[in-house]
Amino acid sequence: MDNLIEIRWHGRGGQGAKTASLLLADAAFNTGKYIQGFPEYGPERMGAPITAYNRISTEPITIHSNIYEPDYVVVVDDTLLESVDVTAGLKETGAIIINSTKDGNELKKLLKGYKGDIYKIDARKISMETLGKYFPNTPMLAAIVKVSKIMTDEEFLNDMKGSFKHKFAKKPEVIDGNMKALELALKQVEKI
Amino acid sequence: MGIRERLSGNEASATAMKQINPDVVAAFPITPSTEIPQYFSTFVSNGQVDTEFVAVESEHSAMSACIGAEAAGARAMTATSANGLSLMWEMIYIASSLRLPIVMSLVNRAVSGPLNIHNDHSDAMGVRDSGWIQLFSENNQEAYDNLIMAHRIAEHKDVLLPLMVCQDGFITSHSIENIELIEDDKVKEFVGKYKPEHYLLDDKNPMAIGPLDLQSYLFEHKRQQAEAMKNAKKVILDVAKDFEKLTGRKYGFFEEYKLDDAEIAIVCMNSTAGTAKYTIDRLREKGIKAGLLKVRVFRPFPGEEIAEALKNVKAIAVLDKADSLNAAGGALYEDVVTGLYNKKLSIPTVNYIYGIGGRDTKSDDIEKVFNDLSKIVKDGKVDNHYRYLGVRGDK
Repeated sequence: MDNLIEIRWHGRGGQGAKTASLLLADAAFNTGKYIQGFPEYGPERMGAPITAYNRISTEPITIHSNIYEPDYVVVVDDTLLESVDVTAGLKETGAIIINSTKDGNELKKLLKGYKGDIYKIDARKISMETLGKYFPNTPMLAAIVKVSKIMTDEEFLNDMKGSFKHKFAKKPEVIDGNMKALELALKQVEKI
Repeated sequence: MGIRERLSGNEASATAMKQINPDVVAAFPITPSTEIPQYFSTFVSNGQVDTEFVAVESEHSAMSACIGAEAAGARAMTATSANGLSLMWEMIYIASSLRLPIVMSLVNRAVSGPLNIHNDHSDAMGVRDSGWIQLFSENNQEAYDNLIMAHRIAEHKDVLLPLMVCQDGFITSHSIENIELIEDDKVKEFVGKYKPEHYLLDDKNPMAIGPLDLQSYLFEHKRQQAEAMKNAKKVILDVAKDFEKLTGRKYGFFEEYKLDDAEIAIVCMNSTAGTAKYTIDRLREKGIKAGLLKVRVFRPFPGEEIAEALKNVKAIAVLDKADSLNAAGGALYEDVVTGLYNKKLSIPTVNYIYGIGGRDTKSDDIEKVFNDLSKIVKDGKVDNHYRYLGVRGDK
């Protein structure tokens, strides 16, 4: 099943990695895909490392286990690189996307010789610029869409606009900022 | 044609309850089923249902309220998990003995202790002999479909037994997946109005429910319950036929996946069946004739039918997600083996206890079971019938 894409998210409790995985599932669903979006629940508390997963396919998905050999890994918080083996099982034909301001060589060192593609993005800067607060999950969501090519930028932005209108029905003033965060992230995610 | 949606198992269950629009829902929140009464109480507040929602102070009271409502002549539903079901225990037996067709969504979780909030089937297995019909669901779609069929089965005059729809806590309850929903009006028509024949608020026919029942009668009443459970088999299939006409989705006592020509087969329930299908597809590419029998109806247990479906395989592994701690084997295993024995089939059959307390069951684990079965077929012998899968410190 070559059309199955598996993604693993690493974040810290409160950063929205779970929400991002659900939004990605939503967006892929809206472009006609079969999807799974699920978090791995542990002891939940602010700041604790958490993992979330996505499967996206053109065929129905029956497997119901965690993902051990992902095509992509998204790291929402680069402090996790020192404590969590984020590249465990990650396919070398795949890629890892990290929210970081560290330079390329430093990141490579932290990834213990991972041979696949490495991308970085400064989600904090984008989030502060567009939302005035630190919500790294929105830029990271755009970054994984860009890198994995699950859908086109246009499809993604159109769909997210609809989602945000629904999600932020009671505070429409944040919709533009969130859209701006996505647009900037699509442009700024860079391969190192 | 149905409505294409994406929902978690809990959202799907709450949606089914919204469409069923029962008279009473009484529930107390417990992980991982909390979201079901949470979503449902939102539907009540928004006026999307006209259900009386009883926010009780415990699960014992939740089941008691359902019993009171159902006995009065109302259609009642609830949802719970693990220790919540344990606290209902006394009333679980009373509900079935009073022949009250209450419907429960049971989101399976390990019963403490030590405390664990994750999935296994120890909660459902604890009430397997309580006289409730038990349907198991591989994914959100089946959790939804089983709930839509539930009242038609439970309330049938030849049955009149409570029914629980099981799904795996977190694994399906908290996973967003594609689902096809049925339109509201079609669900309403399919489920129909509840018209109990005997009920407490029928002032023309006063009656008592649940009085003292000693040596001279209790045995006969239990015998009738047992008969109702047998009758449920036909009703379950009849309702499934109507459901298939409505949705195109086919349900039976169990689902056979690539079992026709299989030499080795796994028997299991709930979400692991999906992982088994995924693994079987890969093994088939390598020429290994692996198959699956996924049990949907655990109570009543279709032992004879299961044995018939397995009669041509050369080795079987039954996967139990609850350990009976009886030095003999898990509940599903014992029931399957009884079915095989009664049909005079002596197929080597082994039991694996797996996934306890939410231990993840990977495709590799399923593959290991099939490899073990291939070895049993090759060697023609079984060293140990009662095994563990994915536990540390074990071979």
